[in-house]
Amino acid sequence: MPSSEGLRLRPPRHRVERRALAWWTVQASLIPVPLILAAGALYLLIPPARFVFGWVLLAVTVPGVAYIAVMPQWRYRVHRWETTDEAVYTASGWLWQRWRVAPLSRIQTVDTVRGPLEQLFGLAGIKVTTASAAGDVTIRGIDHRKAVEVVEHLTRTTQATPGDAT
Amino acid sequence: MSTEPAGPEQRGTADSVADPAAVPGQRAGTAPVDGPDGPGWQRLSLRSVPVHLSWLLAPAATAAGTALGGHGTPNLQALITVASLTIAFGVVAGINLMRCLTTRYRVTHDRLEVHKGLLFRSRRTVLLERIRNADVTAKPLQRLVGLAAVTVGVAAVGSSGGSLTLDGVTRDQAAALRRDLLNRRAALLAAGHGGQVEQAADDMIAAFDLSWTRYAPLTVWGVGGLFAVLGAAYRTLHEMQVDPLELGVVRSAADAFTSVPVWVAVPVTLLAVAAVGTAGAVALYVEGWSGFRLAREEGGILRVRRGLWIHRSVSIEERRLRGVELVEPLLLRSGGGARLQAVAGGLGSAEENRSRGALMPPSPRSEVLRVAAAVLGDDRSPTERADLHRHPRRALRRRLNRALLVVLPVVGAVALPGIWLPAFLVAAGITAAVLLPAGALLAADAHRALGHGLTGPYLVARSGTFVRRTVALRREGVIGWTVSRSYFQRRAGLLTLGAATAAGAGVYRVRDVAEGEGLAFAEEAVPGLLAPFLVRG
Repeated sequence: MPSSEGLRLRPPRHRVERRALAWWTVQASLIPVPLILAAGALYLLIPPARFVFGWVLLAVTVPGVAYIAVMPQWRYRVHRWETTDEAVYTASGWLWQRWRVAPLSRIQTVDTVRGPLEQLFGLAGIKVTTASAAGDVTIRGIDHRKAVEVVEHLTRTTQATPGDAT
Repeated sequence: MSTEPAGPEQRGTADSVADPAAVPGQRAGTAPVDGPDGPGWQRLSLRSVPVHLSWLLAPAATAAGTALGGHGTPNLQALITVASLTIAFGVVAGINLMRCLTTRYRVTHDRLEVHKGLLFRSRRTVLLERIRNADVTAKPLQRLVGLAAVTVGVAAVGSSGGSLTLDGVTRDQAAALRRDLLNRRAALLAAGHGGQVEQAADDMIAAFDLSWTRYAPLTVWGVGGLFAVLGAAYRTLHEMQVDPLELGVVRSAADAFTSVPVWVAVPVTLLAVAAVGTAGAVALYVEGWSGFRLAREEGGILRVRRGLWIHRSVSIEERRLRGVELVEPLLLRSGGGARLQAVAGGLGSAEENRSRGALMPPSPRSEVLRVAAAVLGDDRSPTERADLHRHPRRALRRRLNRALLVVLPVVGAVALPGIWLPAFLVAAGITAAVLLPAGALLAADAHRALGHGLTGPYLVARSGTFVRRTVALRREGVIGWTVSRSYFQRRAGLLTLGAATAAGAGVYRVRDVAEGEGLAFAEEAVPGLLAPFLVRG
């Protein structure tokens, strides 16, 4: 048994693309921005109710802006990924962080996923599924050409492994 | 319909011929089976026609009920309700009936084929080696006419997996089909591995003991179920424009309640609810578990049979058994009882795993442990044998904080009216005096529950106070690690380690373990997987 003194996980080798910052920022603003605009419009258009809508505006703006400002930066510092000949290793999250390791011998499928926003920023994600839904590993926010390479590598290596991966 | 070259044939099971390929373990009276191109097609029993028509009983009963309850003057709302019920149930009955009349199936030497449908024809072919299990169930009405359903679990790869149900075969057909499928599959697998089918006789591991029903009241279903039934009845009556509060029975009960002093009425009501709830829990327990038998059958199969009205039978392949989980809800634990769940693959979704993976009902803990050991082929349950490491005191602080997070808002809510009525401040004080120690006790218990360890091929993890779960998971069944840390866990130097597995709940967690200790534990449990990503300092 390895001694547990000072043992910790090292961050995976590769950062995600810097463009992912823009992608996360747009994604983070999808809900707060319309809310802020709506509250602001109501505040301006209905003078008698300004007292109420002033507070509403404050209540949606402060957490909304804080989220948009903090979340992408924080995520960018955390999100990392790495593939070796034995395993896929990722780190993700911001307040709540997760590190996942899946051995290539247990991988069942390797897919690329690209949402409309990701396509806009030239990004792609990789979804690696295993026989357990809880063991799935996803890498988001990497360059779409790079994603194709990684999928190629993973598929080649997993095909070489016999067994039904359970 | 008759697109088959040989044409569908109705064949009984009594006059069946012996299988020429005589699979070991097969007994007389099995279903007729011919070569891959032979006929051998069987249909569902015609006795299921009345079962399907029974769907129409519900609207009929509702109509009768309305006629009686409405004092002869049917209102429009009730009529519409009854009419739409009749149509909906009629459509369901019709679809089921059509499906039942057009279904044919056969087992060949390497596959199960099922054809069904008239307008939308479906033909499913399942390779026997992909079959994970075959279970026989029977609903009460089906049992009345001697029918059963066979559910065949198919290996899930992508979306093509799942299960296939033949609903409405005779009991003999069902038993024969199940035996046939499992024996042939076992023979195929054995041939594939160049080995022999082991011919172990059925080996009984556990059987229902009536004295176990004393644990039934310790399950929460009694009182909760009572409220669910009352709620559903109220909703239905309300939909039909009958106000249940105006019914004579309810009225006289309400009158009785208000005519006696509160200090009599409330305890009596509580006692009545508890009594009915207990009776309900016992009834549910007996319905679900009488006739329970857990046995090891030929072909490496663990089979659970149970149920009074609804017969359930679940087969678990020992090859896919990854361990067991000892489940001890707070009440049951206080009475010295426990339940046992299988951690097995091929049982379906996580939801299905919960209901189908049950290996032991709420029963004495010692008995459950004996069964756990027997199921895993061990002399002692690994959940007991493992020397569990306790988790640090920082984990206790997290649990105390959680308790405070629940207690403080409650106390605050009680104290709030105290601005106007000082009496509420006293009430808040009393609430705090009761809830704070209770929360602290629960937190301490939750911390005591935390533990992890290794024993032989098993990884053992324990946690939980409301429901304490101790899982023993085979280490080679771990197909990946997830380390998760919330902001507070990072500050406290703790982490939650999740072992992903293709069985049971899909992931089993070691909660709030010290960072270095948890990582070292993961590396020791599955050497080499985490090592390349670990550093010191």
